[in-house]
Amino acid sequence: MIQTVFDILSIRKDFPILNRKVNGYPLVYLDNAATSQTPKKVIDTIVDYYSNYNANIHRGVHSLSQEATDVYEQARQKIQRHFNAAKPQEIIFTSGTTHGINLVANGFTSLLEKGDEIIVSALEHHSNIVPWQMLCERTGAVLKVIPMNLEGQLVMGEYHKLLSQRTKLVFCNHVSNALGTINPIEEIIAAAHKVGAAVLIDGAQAAPHIKADVQKLDVDFYVVSAHKMCGPTGVGMLYGKEEWLNKLPPYQGGGEMIAEVTFEKTTYAELPHKFEAGTPNICGGIAFGAALDYMNAIGFDAIAQYEQELLEYATQELLAIDGLKIYGDTKEKTAVISFNIEGLHPYDIGSILDKLGVAVRTGHHCAQPIMDFYKIPGTVRASFSFYNTKEEVDILVSSVRRAKTMLL
Amino acid sequence: MFGIVTIIQWAQNFDMGIKEIQEEIVDEFSMFEDWMQRYEYMIELGKSLPMIKEQYKTDDNIIKGCQSKVWVHAELEGDKLVFTADSDAIITKGIIAILIRAFSNQKPKDIIEAETDFIDEIGLKEHLSPTRANGLVSMIKQLKLYAVAYQTQLN
Repeated sequence: MIQTVFDILSIRKDFPILNRKVNGYPLVYLDNAATSQTPKKVIDTIVDYYSNYNANIHRGVHSLSQEATDVYEQARQKIQRHFNAAKPQEIIFTSGTTHGINLVANGFTSLLEKGDEIIVSALEHHSNIVPWQMLCERTGAVLKVIPMNLEGQLVMGEYHKLLSQRTKLVFCNHVSNALGTINPIEEIIAAAHKVGAAVLIDGAQAAPHIKADVQKLDVDFYVVSAHKMCGPTGVGMLYGKEEWLNKLPPYQGGGEMIAEVTFEKTTYAELPHKFEAGTPNICGGIAFGAALDYMNAIGFDAIAQYEQELLEYATQELLAIDGLKIYGDTKEKTAVISFNIEGLHPYDIGSILDKLGVAVRTGHHCAQPIMDFYKIPGTVRASFSFYNTKEEVDILVSSVRRAKTMLL
Repeated sequence: MFGIVTIIQWAQNFDMGIKEIQEEIVDEFSMFEDWMQRYEYMIELGKSLPMIKEQYKTDDNIIKGCQSKVWVHAELEGDKLVFTADSDAIITKGIIAILIRAFSNQKPKDIIEAETDFIDEIGLKEHLSPTRANGLVSMIKQLKLYAVAYQTQLN
């Protein structure tokens, strides 16, 4: 029995989209790992911005511009406080996780030499593999991979063997998007630092469930997307230790990122503006701040506890279905269940679930190496959020049973 | 499952034109009352028809959708183009069966000129939206490309 730690019905009222029907059935939204839904407070923030103080920031002499700048910079401070960064200038607004990763990968081009090594984990999203392959092509550095086991965990013994004086960078996600595995990033970071390597953690899948403390983790870079944590799409954050951000060259040239421009030489702006060329997603940044306010008001401990209860209940109910196999069935995981039914293609299951109003993701989840490892074309992934209910788990399970009857 | 016999028979119906076959399919689907029945029918079609010889299930013949794989093979028999195909997903396979029924055993010129609106009429439009990652849009494109290639050969 789920011990509701907060008022789930009042929380659901905060999300207008949860009232809609899909294909004639009430929407059961279980694709939260792809993107989360948006609470009214965040929607209102967006409407308020465009209704009352839309202006370009950091440069206007007029009041509106000043207002927008103030609120945008307050959002940066909210993000700083949320992730416990030491300084606001260590928070760089990005367009999302992928942008943050590319910014760092690009910056390391000038810091790497032929023969240097970059370590990535086998549990990565494509966006966390391709930029490093490109970086290796540019610099002659070599990509090494931390293998995974059948439970969907990284084989840490192998990781420690891969580390050496040649290791310059380690990249790993905090939580696997395909399986939900929570990786032992404290151990990964500490071991990398012993050989002098920098560490970037992709927090995209962790941030909606776990409040990361970047100082406590002692992580060098941490990236997230707002849209997975109740914020809008097209905005995210790169946290970088100030010393690292000062070492990296600017990523893109343009307005905002310059101090002085002549045709002979341009000097760059101070952090964080050095990495924020052009007019940013002002409204998005402000709405990201509102999303953090919303989630913090509920509390991440309460969210984690409730989601774990949902996860346990859903796991137990799904495993009662004959022939159903869950991938990445580890203890340390967020509320994500990646599964298949023997003899059925995930796409077929997903198509029937959609017809029944249940939104899940099917496919390789942009993590083909993981699917290759399990020798499967993909999985059905149900990912839960704090606004999902036990009743929705029941609908998922009965819908999966119905799909199985239809397809087998 | 009703309808299957008709489908099996279509292979003999060499003389029917694409438009006629499409109308026949639309008629059949009009009997279904809801999506469940449509899907059950497609699943049945998908299960009943082994459509492609194993030797043709090669990487060269694969049409990569994001999620389900689709294989297509084309062969000229006389002045008509015969398609065989398969997929690893059963609903996709059912839709393929319908497409093959409409376009196989037809003259390349007719295939090139054929419309695909009947898919909307039988309520399967969602599967053919260009953003749907199942390879079916690419499959129709591929059928037409084969037709263009063989048309050139016939000329």
